[in-house]
This record gives sequence, C-alpha cells and structure tokens, in this order.
Amino acid sequence: MQCTRAEVCVVAASDSWRGAGEVLAHAVGAVPAISVRLARLTHSPDLVLSDGEAFFMSDPPPLGKTAAEAGTVEAWTPYREVFDIVQSGRRRSMMGASQLDRYGNQNISCIGDWRRPARQLIGVRGAPGNTVNHRTNYWVPKHSPRVFVEQVDVVSGVGNDRARAAGGAAARFHDLGVVITELAVFDYGPDGALRIRSVHPGVTVEEVRHATGFAVDASTATETRMPTAEELRLIREVIDPMGLRAREVPG
Amino acid sequence: MGDKSMSLEDFAATIESGMTVGIGGWGSRRKPMALVRALLRTDVKDLTIISLGGPDVGLLCDAGKVRRVAYGFVSLDSIPLDPHFRAARESGSIEISEYDEGMFVAGLRAAAQRISFLPTRAGLASDVLTMNPDLRTVASPYDDEVYVAMPALRMDVALIHLNRADAAGNGQYLGPDPYFDDLYAMAADRCYLSCEEIVPTERLLDDAPFQSLLVKRMYVTGVIETPRGAHFTSCVPDYDRDERFQREYAAAAKEPAAWESFAETYLRGDEARYQSAVDQRSN
Repeated sequence: MQCTRAEVCVVAASDSWRGAGEVLAHAVGAVPAISVRLARLTHSPDLVLSDGEAFFMSDPPPLGKTAAEAGTVEAWTPYREVFDIVQSGRRRSMMGASQLDRYGNQNISCIGDWRRPARQLIGVRGAPGNTVNHRTNYWVPKHSPRVFVEQVDVVSGVGNDRARAAGGAAARFHDLGVVITELAVFDYGPDGALRIRSVHPGVTVEEVRHATGFAVDASTATETRMPTAEELRLIREVIDPMGLRAREVPG
Repeated sequence: MGDKSMSLEDFAATIESGMTVGIGGWGSRRKPMALVRALLRTDVKDLTIISLGGPDVGLLCDAGKVRRVAYGFVSLDSIPLDPHFRAARESGSIEISEYDEGMFVAGLRAAAQRISFLPTRAGLASDVLTMNPDLRTVASPYDDEVYVAMPALRMDVALIHLNRADAAGNGQYLGPDPYFDDLYAMAADRCYLSCEEIVPTERLLDDAPFQSLLVKRMYVTGVIETPRGAHFTSCVPDYDRDERFQREYAAAAKEPAAWESFAETYLRGDEARYQSAVDQRSN
C-alpha cells in the first residue's frame, strides 16, 4: 500500500496514545494533533480532546478549529484548570523539542547561556510541570544532530537521569514514553537512555545514527508498522483532508 | 459604592519608577493594552513586570521601561515569540525570572492569599531552579516528599482588562476564559481595571450569566473605560485579535526603520490618536 512518511509518523504517534485511558490528550504540532484524533477514532475512544482554547469536545474537533467554529462541547476548561489537570495526572502530552539529550532532557527555552541567550526560544512553558506529573512523549519532525545533542542548554522537560537523581516527588509520576521523529521511533532502555525501537520503512539504522548527536542502542530495533487501509482513510478523508501533515513532514 | 472611574492620564500618573507591575490576560489575549500604551507615554522606568506575557511585555521592553520580567512565557499566540522580548533577551538588556506556567500560577495564588509560597511539583529537577537561584524547595511535614516552594508573585499594581465593569470596580468577562485576572487583582496592593464599557451595576446581568462577574470591587482601585482597549490582542466577544495588525507589529519590531515608522504612527500620540490610526488603516 502506498503511503507517505508523514502518514507513517501519524500512525506511530497514534500508537503512543494506546493505554492512556480516560485522560486529556495534549498534543503540540500537526502530526501529534492528527494522531490523537486517529487514536480517538480507532483504539482509544475514551481519550479526552480539547479545542486548544477553553473547551473539551465530545467529537474530535476539526484540525485547527475551536469550539466557537465547530463541534460539541462536553466541558469548560479555562486555562487556570489546565494546571490542576496536570497535577491530577489525568493527562498525557506529546510535545516538541528544540533539543533533546540521550536521557530525554528536553529544551524549548533558549539556545546558549540563559543569562544572555544566542537565541531565545519559547521558554520552558509547561514542560517542567508536565514531565514530573504525567506521561510525556516527544515529536521531532526534523531529526538532526542539532536537536539530538549530548547536552541540552536548558533542561525544560525533565529527563530520566535527573528525575532518578532527584528522586521523591520529582520521580513519583515522572514517565517518559517515546520519541517519534520523521525517521524513527525511540523508547528508553532500563538505563533510562534513548534507544531505537523502530526505523520507519525506507530508513536505515545508519541514517538514524548519523542524524543523532550521541550513540544510541539499536540492538532491538525493528521496522515501524505501516498504516492500515482504514487508518489511511481516516487520516486522508476525515481528519486531515487539507494535508497539514505534509507541511510538517514533506515528501 | 464609590465612583472609581478615572482617566488614562490619571491612571498613568499613579505608576512610579521601580514598581512591580502585574499585567493580566494571557499571551495576546485580553491584555490591558490601553493602560500599557499610557505607561509608554510616561517617564517611568526600572519596572518589574509580572505577566503571562504578550505584546504588553514586548512594548515595555522596547521602550526601556523594564528592569526585570517574571513570566511563564512571552508569546503572541499566532506568532510564537514577541520580537521585542526576543531582542531584549538576546541583547541582555533585561533580567528575567522564567517559570513553568503552572509555577507562575502557583505564585499568583500565593500572592492572592498573602502567603509566602505554595508547594508544587513543577520545576523539580529542571533548570528552572538553575535559572532562578533564589528558588528553594520545601520538605513536606507529613511524608518524605520535597516540593518547589514557589514564592508569592506579589505586586504593587495590577493592570487588567475586562469586557464590562461598573464604576465601583465590579468587573465582568463575557468571553470563554477568565484567564487569571481575578488573581492579579487580589495579588496587588492596587488594581486598575480597564474595560470596553462602564455600565450601571444593575445592567451587568442584562445579557450575561452571574458567573461572568469575575472581579470584586474590594480589590479594585480605579476603573478606566477604554473602548477597544485590548487592541490588538483579543477581547472576545467584543472583538477578535487583530491578526493583520499583529503581523504588522511583529514585522516592524524586527527592523529599526520600520519600527520607527510604526511607533510614529501608533505610539507617539494619545489613545484617541492610536484608535484613529487603527481605524484609518482599516479603511
């Protein structure tokens, strides 16, 4: 079956929501946003979806649309409540990463010395709180040694080494799951370090290693699964007819 | 009930250099921009700004009025980062306290409750603790847990913008999100509330549910009627964000000559001239 790399990524991301249960799905980026809708329409009907503003939607909201434009509201959740939900643990995130190290420490704050950064990014946002409160996954649409680095400049999302070293409340609900890129799916080994779980069809382990700024274990790497015909139909005809996925992962 | 209505000029005259000023709203949403523009016309400086920031922070940084910003982010929402804030950071011209968004809200809640901190997991094991060397952790007296002790974000003055208010300072939001404006009002020694329209108290519930009555007059020092006073940020349902204007702002902010022209057109006169310039542009 013919499909695009973006569609492989959507399905890999969709699989990351399996087992989440009845929790708020927080998805940043086009592929994560499509993936959570696909998960909701297939294997995870209990997932709770937000319109990105102040409402939860009982039907998967159209991509990029708020409750004001379409869909059925099932709950009111102003921003102040998001932080209560984060702390309650009834939430799962898929966030981006400007930098990510081997233990899953993530940076979205700034590049360089934080006192006077070479490049100011968006700030730590909710990453510190997300990572110590509930499962957090990452989506990296441009896999490169600039993203996968030996050491991140500002630890925004907390990695496995730091959570383990701190222990206690920092580790109690800390739970990094997977990192999905346009080349591969990573998970974390028993030592807390990233390892290649699978490479996408048409990608070699060597390519992934070349694009990663630190050594990674590939001894158990398999191939990422292809989308099913039904998944492709849902992605193309129902969830993303405008093709936003191809803007994030071209080709 | 006293009449707390006042002019923009009288409001601006109450702000002194060195003050800590909290600014309500969220990103590029329901920011008290008319109050911010009034501050730009004064000679105050060395302000500490506390904000879930948007163009309020960018404009004040560009005008050289800021010594420190305490923030959860400084974003224009549809544009990820305010260009003036980025420039201030990359030139090292301001000090910062960058917090996780949830930590920031904990700091607002502590300030509103007049306690010195609130415990939170957010921030543990992250570089938020590195970037804020004054931050401390606190051991639970009940078990072995250790939490971040997020300090109260207490402020001298809070500035907020709502859809409606009465002259006594009862404030009403008509959109889907209160943001944190009631907390800002409670976290400050003085709160100035701007609104689209001052209405008689008995009219507040004519077309809106009682849950829309967000801010209580006992926390409000002054009420300023500023129609379209959140422009170019959103103030739904009165108006959406002016995306075209925001793009013009962000593009101009990246280029000195363009910014000079933008500032001359929009920022060098009073609020009436600003609003008139916005109207002329639309036509």
